[in-house]
Amino acid sequence: MIQFLRRHSLPVATLLVLGVLWELAVRLFDIPNFIIPAPSAALAKIAAHAGTLSRHLLTTLYETVLGFLFGIAFGVLAAIVIVYSDTLQRVIYPLIVLSQVLPKIAIAPILMIWAGYGLLSKVLIALLISFFPMVVSTVTGLRAVDPDLVDLARSLCASEAKIFRKIRFPNALPYVFVGLKLSITLAVIGAIVGEFIGGSQGLGYLILSSNFQMDTAMMFAALFLLSAMGLALFGLVLLAERIFIPWSVSDQEPGEPMATA
Amino acid sequence: MVNRMPDPRPPMIEISGLRKVYAKRGEPVVAIADVSFIVYENEFVSIVGRSGCGKTSILKVVAGLMPPSAGSVKVKGAPVTGPRREVGMVFQAPVLPPWRTILDNVLLPIEMLDLDVATYRPKALELLKLVGLEGFEGRYPRELSGGMQQRASIVRALVHDPRLLLMDEPFGALDAITREEMNLELLRIWSEQRKTTLLVTHSISEAVFLSDRVVIMTPRPGRVAEEIKIDLPRPRASTMKSSPRFIEYVEAVGRRIGMP
Repeated sequence: MIQFLRRHSLPVATLLVLGVLWELAVRLFDIPNFIIPAPSAALAKIAAHAGTLSRHLLTTLYETVLGFLFGIAFGVLAAIVIVYSDTLQRVIYPLIVLSQVLPKIAIAPILMIWAGYGLLSKVLIALLISFFPMVVSTVTGLRAVDPDLVDLARSLCASEAKIFRKIRFPNALPYVFVGLKLSITLAVIGAIVGEFIGGSQGLGYLILSSNFQMDTAMMFAALFLLSAMGLALFGLVLLAERIFIPWSVSDQEPGEPMATA
Repeated sequence: MVNRMPDPRPPMIEISGLRKVYAKRGEPVVAIADVSFIVYENEFVSIVGRSGCGKTSILKVVAGLMPPSAGSVKVKGAPVTGPRREVGMVFQAPVLPPWRTILDNVLLPIEMLDLDVATYRPKALELLKLVGLEGFEGRYPRELSGGMQQRASIVRALVHDPRLLLMDEPFGALDAITREEMNLELLRIWSEQRKTTLLVTHSISEAVFLSDRVVIMTPRPGRVAEEIKIDLPRPRASTMKSSPRFIEYVEAVGRRIGMP
C-alpha cells in the first residue's frame, strides 16, 4: 500500500495542483460559469445530481463494457482465423481493414437505423471501434512465437491444438494486453459517439443536452465522471495484466527510467 | 584417416543420398546436394562446416520436421516420415518460454508427449541437480544466466529419455568461458547417459573435443567432404586440448574445411 502511494503520489499531486490552479484562475479572473466553471462548481453538480448522473454513468459503463467484451471476443477469434488460414485471411482481412478506414462516426447514423436508438447501436459502435486493435495485436502475438520452440513441440508429435494452447497463445498474451489497453479506451469513445448520434441516456447524451441548455458545469461534471470511468476501466486491464502475465509485467515497472544501463 | 572398417555397433541414423532444395522467392536453392553418413548407437557425431552448408537442415530432416527432397533418412532401420517421440532437441537459443518456471520448462516435453507429469517430476529434478541447477527449479528463465538457461534446455531435451539427441549449435550464443564449461558439462552428461548424439557446430575444436567422429561438410550446396574418426581416449579432459594429437585433429579438420 505504501509502495502504491509512493508510485502514484506524483501523478495524483500533479492533478491536485492543476485543479487548485484552475479553481484559483476561475475565481481570480472572474470567468463566467458558462465558459469554464470552477472544478468546485462541477463537483457541486455531481453532489447535487448524484442520482441522475450515476444512472447516466451506469448506462455508458454498460455499453462500453459490453462493446469491449464482444470486441475482444471477435477480435481474438478473427486473429486466430487469420493466423491459421491463409484463404480466410485473404477473405477477412480486407473486410477488417475496410471496416477500420471508415470513420465510426460516419457509419454511426446507419447503425442507428439498423439497430435502433437503444443499447444495441452503442454496443455495436463500441465493438467495432475496439475490435481492430485486438485483431492486430493478437495476430502479431500469435506470429511472434520462436520458430525453434514450435519445432521443438512438433518434434515431440504435439498436435497443433496443443501447440496453440501451451505455446502460441501464452506467448501472445503480452501482445493481447497491448490490444486490450488500446481497446478499452476506444470502447469508451465508441459508446460516447453512439450517444452523441442518437440516444436518450448516458454521459454522452448528458453532455449534449447540457450543451443545449448552456449548463457548462453539468458538462464538466459528466466529463469528470467519464474520465474517472475511463481510468477505472484502464486500471482494471492493468490489474488483469499483473494477474495473468506477471512474468511479462514485472520486467517493465512503470516509473522506472529505462536508461539505466 | 577415413574409417572404412565395418562398425560392429548397430546404426542409429542412416542418411543416404540426402538432398534438400528450398524455394526462396520462387528460386530453388540447393541447401544439401548429396549427403550420406551413418551415426551408430551411443556414438557422438558432430557436423562441422561453413554457414549455409545445410547442417541445420540435416538435423531437421532427421527430426522429421521436414521431408527430404531426395534420398532417405532411417532411424533404427525405419524410414523417417514425420516427428517421432524419441528425439530430444537443443537449439542455439535456450528457447525457454518465459511464463514457465525452470522445472515446468524441463517438463514441457512430457506435456507435449501426453505423459504423466507427476511421474517425471523426480527425474526432472534429478537431471537439474546433475547440471547444477538445484534450487533454481522454481525460478523463471530471465532470472538465470545464459549458460544456466542452456543447461536447463539440455535437461529438457533429456527428460523424456529420448534415444537420440539432436543439438543445433547449442553453445554458439555463449561466451568463450561459458562455452568451455558447457562442453565439459555436456561430456559429463553424455558419459553418464551415452545417448546417441548428433551435434551441429561451427567450432572445430568443440567438434574434435566432444566427438567420436566428425563429419565435415563442403560449403553450399552441402556435401560430405570427409569423415574423421577422433581416436582420443575417453573420458576427455580440457588438458587434452594442448596435446599434439588433439591439435593434429583440429588442423586436419580445419584444412578440409578450407581454412588457411
